[in-house]
Formats: sequence, C-alpha cells, structure tokens
Amino acid sequence: MSFNAENTVVRFDIVKNRRKFFIGSSVIIILGLLFILFSGMHLGVDFKAGTRLDLFIGKQFNPEDVETVIKQEVPDVVFTKVTPYGTNQAFTRFDQTISSDTMMKLETALKKKFGDQVTKQVSSVDPAIAREMVKKAAIAVSIAAIGIVIYIAIRFQWLFGIATVIGLIHDVFIPIALFSVFRLEVDITFIAALLTILGYSINDKIVIFDRIRENLRTMKSKTIPDLEHLVNVSLWQTMRRSVYTVATVFFTALALAVLGSESIRNFSLALLFGLVSGTYSSIFIAAQIWVNLKERNMKKKNG
Amino acid sequence: MIKWGRFLLFLVVVALLGTLMATTTTQVAKNITLGLDLQGGFEILYEVEPLEANHPVDIELLKSTAHMIEKRINIGGVAEPVVTTELPNRIRVQIASQSADQDKLRELIGRPAVLTFRDESGKTILRGSDLAPNGAAVGYDDLKRPLVTVKFSDAKKLEDVTRANLHKRMAIYLDENLQTNPTIQAVITGGSAQITGNYTQESAQELADLLNSGAMPAKLTEKQVTSVGATLGALALQKTVYAGYIGAALIFLFMLFVYRMPGMIANITLAGFTYFCMVVLDWMHATLTLPGIAGFILAVGIAVDANIITYERIQEEIRSGKTILSAFRAGERRSLITIIDAHVTTLIATGVLFYFGTSSVQGFAVVLAMTIIVSIITNVFGSRFLLWLVVRSNMFKKPFWFGVKESEIGEL
Repeated sequence: MSFNAENTVVRFDIVKNRRKFFIGSSVIIILGLLFILFSGMHLGVDFKAGTRLDLFIGKQFNPEDVETVIKQEVPDVVFTKVTPYGTNQAFTRFDQTISSDTMMKLETALKKKFGDQVTKQVSSVDPAIAREMVKKAAIAVSIAAIGIVIYIAIRFQWLFGIATVIGLIHDVFIPIALFSVFRLEVDITFIAALLTILGYSINDKIVIFDRIRENLRTMKSKTIPDLEHLVNVSLWQTMRRSVYTVATVFFTALALAVLGSESIRNFSLALLFGLVSGTYSSIFIAAQIWVNLKERNMKKKNG
Repeated sequence: MIKWGRFLLFLVVVALLGTLMATTTTQVAKNITLGLDLQGGFEILYEVEPLEANHPVDIELLKSTAHMIEKRINIGGVAEPVVTTELPNRIRVQIASQSADQDKLRELIGRPAVLTFRDESGKTILRGSDLAPNGAAVGYDDLKRPLVTVKFSDAKKLEDVTRANLHKRMAIYLDENLQTNPTIQAVITGGSAQITGNYTQESAQELADLLNSGAMPAKLTEKQVTSVGATLGALALQKTVYAGYIGAALIFLFMLFVYRMPGMIANITLAGFTYFCMVVLDWMHATLTLPGIAGFILAVGIAVDANIITYERIQEEIRSGKTILSAFRAGERRSLITIIDAHVTTLIATGVLFYFGTSSVQGFAVVLAMTIIVSIITNVFGSRFLLWLVVRSNMFKKPFWFGVKESEIGEL
C-alpha cells in the first residue's frame, strides 16, 4: 500500500535542509530572548498591578481634555497618555490601584464634560494578586506540556513526545518574543491565547506525526536515507492539509484582530503569531528534531 | 445507477437540521448567559480578613461571608449573582447585568454593618447580634418621618441596659458611624427600640435590610476589580460577532471552493457544530466571555481540520486511481485515527488546564473540551454519515465533485 508514498512529489527536500531551519529558529529565539531580557514585557494590569481605564466617550473628543479631567479628579497618580482607539474610545493606565469612589467621581466629571453617554470599563489588580496570577499561569502551561509529553510518549513513542514538546515551547515562545518586540500589552487574555496556540499546535503536530508513524509501517526505513525520504514524503503528503488548515484559522483570527473588539485585539494578534509559528514548527522543527533523535537512535543500534 | 433513496435521506437530514436551526437558534442564542465583558457588569475578588485579629479564616467563615454577600446583592435588587469562595481566604463576586448600579452595589457589599449600642464611656453594651431575627423594620415618628425600629431577642437584656443607663445618652453606631445619640428617657421593657436620623423612606429601608441581613462576619478588601460599562460590553459583543461572521463566511467559501461537494457537507456540519455548541453552552449554564468566543474560533478551526484531513485523504486516494466509493472508504478509515488522536491530545490538555488553572483558565478549558466533543460528533461522525449518504447515492461519481482534476489521477 505504499503507492501513495511513491507518488508523492517532494517539491523541496525539507529534511536535508533541516540544519538551516534549526539555525534560523535558534537565531530568532536568541534575538527574542535578548529582546525580552533587555526591554522586558509590556505587562498589563493583570500582571503588574494598577488600574486600566477604558472609556467610551461616544463622540469626537480631544484626548488632552480627558487628561485634564483625570489630572483634576485623580491628582498625584501617574498615568499613561490617554490613547484613543476606534472612533470614540480611549484608554489609559494608572500605576496604582484607584479606589471605586475616585473612579466614580472621575466618571461623573467626564460625563459633565462629554455628556451622559460616557461609560467606563475598569480593571484593577492588587500587586500580590498580579504576582500570583503570573505564577499560576506559568504552572498551568508547564504542567499541560508535561501531560502532553506523557500522552504522546504512551500513544506514540518517547521520541515523538520530546519533539512535540520542543516544538510547543518554540510555538509559545515566538508570540511572547514578538509581543516584547512590538511592545504589545500582556494580560490574562494573552495567557488564554497561549493556551489556544498550545491546543492548535498539538493538533497540528499529531497529524504530521500520525502520518510519519503510518508510513513507518508501510515503507521500509532501515537506513538513514530511507528515513529521511520517509519524513520528506510524509511532510509533503500532509502539506496541503497543513497549509489549508492554518489558512482557515488564520483568516478567522485575522478577521477578529481587524474587526473584533479592542479587548481581544491582542488575543487575536497572539493567535496569528502562534498559528504561523505552530504550523512552521510542526513541519520544519518538530518533525526535524524527531529525525535527528531517530537517527541518533539508529546509529547507536547499528554501531 | 442512482439511488434516490439515499439522496432523499440526505436531503431530509439536512432539511431537519436546517429547520431545527432556523426555528430555535434565536431562542438558544438568547438563553446563553453572556459574560460581564459582553453585557456589562463587574467582577471583584475580595480578600477576607477576620474582624477579630485572632479569629482564623476557615471555610465556615468564608461560606457565611459569601452567603451574606449574596443576601446583600439581593437587597440591591440584582438577580443571579455568582459568588464563589476560593481557598484559603478569597471570595469572587461576579455580576453580569446592564442595569446594576455598580458603585452602589460595591459599597453595599463591602460594608461590615456592625450595629453597636454604646454607653457614654464608649463601651459597647448591645450588639447587632442581639437583634431578633428580622427584627429591623421601617417605622414612622409622629411627624411621619421614616425611622428604623429594632426588636431585640432578649427584652430583659435591653431592659437591664436601659435601666443602668437611664437619663444618659446611648449612642447607636453602624460600624464606626454614629447614627443617632438619643437620651434614654425611660426603661424600655418591650424589647423594641428605634433608630432615628435623617432617613428617607429608601435609606431607612436599606438600613433595615442591612441590619436584618446581619453583620458581615468578616472584613472584605477588594483585590482585583473588573468592571465593564454596558455600552462598552455591547459594543464588544457586536464587533466580535460581526468578525465571527466574516471569518465563518471565509471558511465556508474556502471549503466550497477547494473541496466542492464534500466541502458543502463540511459547511453543513460546521453550521450544525456551531448550533450544537450553543445548545450545550445553554445546557451547561456556561457564561460566554470574549476569550470564550475566541477559544470557540479555535474549535471551529479544529473542527474544520477534521474535515480537511479526511477530504485530503480521500483526494489522495482518488488521485491514486481508486473509485470514488473505495477512495471514500479508505480515506475515511485512514484519517479517523489521526483525528481522534489529535482530539484526545487536546482534550487531555484541557483536562490538565482545568485541574491546575485559575478560574478564567478553567472556564476556557471547559468550553474548549465541550467544543472538541461536539466536533467529534458533528464534524467527524455527522459529516461522515452525510458524505456516505451522498457517495452511496451514486450521483456524484466524477472526481470533479471532490475537487480533483482528471489529469491528476495516476494509473493504478
């Protein structure tokens, strides 16, 4: 039943060029790490403590007018520049948590200035809670990763498990690095996006590994060139599916990023980064790492 | 030979699904509870501290405090608040409502409302806990001004206290706020006293309710607050749903264009998938939030992926020269294990996230797990069943219908 495999056109020898992909990804990861180390993450109130204020003004307005009102009602508190978005909305952030009384006064003052249609969205987090949330999110993601390795190790093979998790770390890291580079705000929805990416990325890797496993049964792969050919064939057999699937999800996420609500814009962007890096890493990193691991194994057995 | 029976059955199934969706979708959509980020409302995480420093914060205290918070929110006239306790010392209050006066509610919740009666030296002689159950009510003085009457459970105690302090002042405090400072004119024997002040009908009723709901057994500190104005919530919902429509339309067109007839079936099952997910959300009384919608988009992606994997496999088999029927059978069989593997792995990830995650992560995990299970039913088995009916009807025997060009088909 290997006719499929024999007929598959390998348009580009991915396996042979895998070193290039490893180097490429390593460079990106190192650059990303440096960026994170030197410029840090732009943490939202969920992780840093403080108060974020989103305002719906409901008509044309001048951000400086909003700032004037804030300065009057909330003196002595540092806040970021009032940034407008959409046609009639804006947000700012206070470095410390603002009491509900003060917020109420501020809203009243804004209503007086801009009219009764003004509404606010407030999100305020205590420093201790912020630290705890970072810790819990990190723990949840790590444990999920460990759980996945164990499952794949049982269901497939140990080596597939390792390759998957390296791929997953890659996929979670890329959006983090890009968020640092573009100074995008990291809040709790970002964690949800990372989890979403994790789910999608596992799915993607499993599909490719399933095909490799299936071909392992039907194609001979006693030598290293055989194995490399097998992986190439498997990747090209699943290539259309990989591209089509990521395309469908990508366009939906793009629609969300462009047209969706402001509060999930960053979520959608993280998703876009993660989708691309997830599909890329499934083909060019995770599968290739498996080839490396498998070859080392074969050499050990033979030698 | 065309088998009309099979095709008819296919049409009937699709028509039934279509009718079901057309007639009930609006109702189902209306029933789904929207999160506070979509309809306005607030969420506050309180840290609970005991009133007396040496009293431990245990589950009992947390529960009774949570109960009291619920009672007070009801005083505020808001239905269905979600009050959950989180060990070791936290209580989360979620209220999704357009109409609630958020700031007033927050104030109401946070007030300890300890009623004390103090003698001239400031010593507490009676407490709110001495009140009879539901002992507070609104009354009126001779000038028809509202006041609050309080009835004590132990009339003898009140009598003793008033006797001991006769012709002296007795201050009535709510927390540290002096309410009124009357002089005791006579020994009160019946167990009933009055709190006068500058009350309106409304504020007198609120005080009476507050007293009846009892003292908050603990001190509450706001640790995390999210509050969304109704306009902003509605705007977010509207924009996101619109974006969702556009995304769905893109997927529909794509599937139709690339896979033709099976693509059409994928679209039908995808519509079914969306519908059943909404129904299950409604059953679970789950709350739909913005990240929930976004997670749902991923679920649509995974559901579509199940179809793409199958159809790609079928196309492969057709290209290798098989007949449509055998290509369908082989493609189906070979893709199933892959799809199940992918779904199960994701399901395991959601399980882990649920077990170890914080509340918002948990909500996300539950919704994702639900969608994966629905996806297996609609886009794996449902889609296969429909495709099987169509293939067996022998009406679509040309590879064209499966998105395969004749020239691509190799010789067997």
